[in-house]
Amino acid sequence: MPRVVAIAMSGGVDSSVAAALLTQSQDHVFGLMLRLWADPHQGPNRCCSPVDVERARQTAAQLGIPFYMIDAQQPFLQEVVEPFIRGYAQGVTPNPCMSCNRLIRWGFLLRHAQAMGATHLATGHYARTALRDGHWHLLRARHPDKDQSYVLSVLSQQHLSHALFPLGELTKNEVRQIARQRGLAAMDRLDSQDLCFLGGSDYRDFLASRVPEAYRPGPILNTHGETLGAHSGLVGFTVGQRKGIGLSASSPLYVIEKRVADNTLIVGPRTELARSTFSIGELGWVLDPPRPDASDLTVQVRYRSRELPATIQWLDSSRALVRASAPVAGVTPGQAAVFYRGEECLGGGIIL
Amino acid sequence: MPAPAVYLDHAATTPLDPKVLAAMQPYFAAEYGNPSSIHAMGQHAEAAVERARSEVAAVLRCPTQDVIFTSGGSESDNLALRGAAFASRELRGARRVLTTPVEHPAVLRTAEALARQHGFSLDLLPVDHFGQVDPDDLRRRLTPDTAVVSVIHANNEIGTVNPVTHLARLCAEQGIPFHTDAVQAAAHLDLQELTDAPALISIGGHKLYGPKGVGVLRCPSQIPLLPEITGGGQEHGLRAGTHNVPLIVGLAAALKLAAETRPVEHARHSGLRDRILSRVLAEVPQAVISGHPLQRLPNHASFCFHQLDGNALVAALDRSGYACSSGSACKTGDPTPSGVLLALGLPPAWALGSLRVTVGRSTLPQEVDGFLSVLPAVIQAVRSAGGN
Repeated sequence: MPRVVAIAMSGGVDSSVAAALLTQSQDHVFGLMLRLWADPHQGPNRCCSPVDVERARQTAAQLGIPFYMIDAQQPFLQEVVEPFIRGYAQGVTPNPCMSCNRLIRWGFLLRHAQAMGATHLATGHYARTALRDGHWHLLRARHPDKDQSYVLSVLSQQHLSHALFPLGELTKNEVRQIARQRGLAAMDRLDSQDLCFLGGSDYRDFLASRVPEAYRPGPILNTHGETLGAHSGLVGFTVGQRKGIGLSASSPLYVIEKRVADNTLIVGPRTELARSTFSIGELGWVLDPPRPDASDLTVQVRYRSRELPATIQWLDSSRALVRASAPVAGVTPGQAAVFYRGEECLGGGIIL
Repeated sequence: MPAPAVYLDHAATTPLDPKVLAAMQPYFAAEYGNPSSIHAMGQHAEAAVERARSEVAAVLRCPTQDVIFTSGGSESDNLALRGAAFASRELRGARRVLTTPVEHPAVLRTAEALARQHGFSLDLLPVDHFGQVDPDDLRRRLTPDTAVVSVIHANNEIGTVNPVTHLARLCAEQGIPFHTDAVQAAAHLDLQELTDAPALISIGGHKLYGPKGVGVLRCPSQIPLLPEITGGGQEHGLRAGTHNVPLIVGLAAALKLAAETRPVEHARHSGLRDRILSRVLAEVPQAVISGHPLQRLPNHASFCFHQLDGNALVAALDRSGYACSSGSACKTGDPTPSGVLLALGLPPAWALGSLRVTVGRSTLPQEVDGFLSVLPAVIQAVRSAGGN
């Protein structure tokens, strides 16, 4: 029985090459593209601008596969954008790409793909899966510099049983080379940056327009409680941020904490930014949670950050304490702490 | 995975009939003359165009000089609306365009352009919840200032047929030009009664098993028009441009064939249509027929389903091997409820879930049954995928 594979296309080089690779197999392949919500003041969503839609459609035609747009504007707004806004208003820094992966790509889109007869959903992510002992495992991409397993750490067994990542063994250069060899429409497109629904504009302007009440001025303190100045609103800051604090100091100051309770911004030198102990919630695991005595774990606290050896200690059924082997910078409430064992991504939780 | 698709979208376009293709063939290469030329090559081509004109006139039962060849239904609509509006303004200073909210975009956008760019005022006749115009409403709204009236014959989205002969006569009594877009109707309905009234009638080739890119505007001598495309004096000066001889020949052959096969096909189509209408209503929860249940095109079944993304449904049906369409269809995935469906009074949550199923000459009963056997499950799957 040949598989029926829906490939999530964006008009970008990665998903285009993933589609091209799938068409070389025996699988029946068709392309899907999500129409995502965009801030009406900022122009189209960067993931599905008219140019991108045209490029994806052209790529599908080049590959001889059917192509369909699926409207996800409402679910994307409700399940990704609004939680993002709420999170910022509450002082955390959410990662909308992860909720998009869990709820939109591997929720809404997978369900639509299945309604259209697909047995599998493929994406252009750099990651790998493996079926061992009857269970699905999520692995880092063969080449770690492009690995995207961090944003896929929210996937469950049910998701992974339908997931295909055709680019998992390839480097970006190899992908670009394939795109050029096949003359794919996306071959010269640059990698995407920033939040897709803001059309390239600054997320602070977006938040200012959406939650103006969160732009309340308040004090800036150092970690010793001394007042250093005033901020224009906590929403405009992210833990670990250095630029734009608006203070002059002998050594660079970083945002250490956003204290929503008293609308206070805590800043300090880089050394105070690093933390080796922090707690996480909203836990989710690809298979089983790691055992508390596991000594072979590493943790990664940002999409592009380095992993560090760590242990996990359960606080209750939904929260855990993470102890990294050394202080790690950029531990940001709202972002995900993702655990690995070797090259295997185990899942994780949201930093509290 | 899908077998070759069963085509249930004949309102979008129809396959070219092999007899039409055969009739066209000589004029693509061997008979390449320009009908306007003096020499024999030109005369052969001219004879072909005039033979086609006679054939069209015979089917419509109108004088040959009423038949103007265009590049398709949209151009016919544009020539009728703009041509009549500008002529009425020039001749009697009339400045109002009267049409309906359920027109094809070729009419509605043109009427809007006349209002926006050319100083006409635009007036929309009300329609009932089947999409039909009440002749009394038209009668009440006709004034000496009415430049042109346009009411769609059979609606492309909902299949509803309007009493256009009656409407045309009301306008004729007051000397006001009446136009109807009969692009959907021409394949299925006898237009002779309508043609007896002085009505501008748009017809397109590809909706009736003819070629794309060719159409007719029937222009009765009583209705003055100004040309839209100026140049050489072709088509009585109403439509300049070298005749597209093979396509014109093809359109005439297709229209003739449609008239010949109409009685048989009408009955056969209606049977398939009614099977679709009744089975869907019986088997799909939260479904309504859009348009008139009886006074509709014989090949046309259309529905609205509550809380369903019509685009996603059409995509899923395509993967199941059935080609249909949706009134909210939009290839960019940004569906907006169809203006036609909203004009019927349907709320957006229903209007976004529209489906149009249009059978054709090659549609077999077992294909319709196959479609009806998968549709309820596909609808259920798409509904739950959308979280509804």
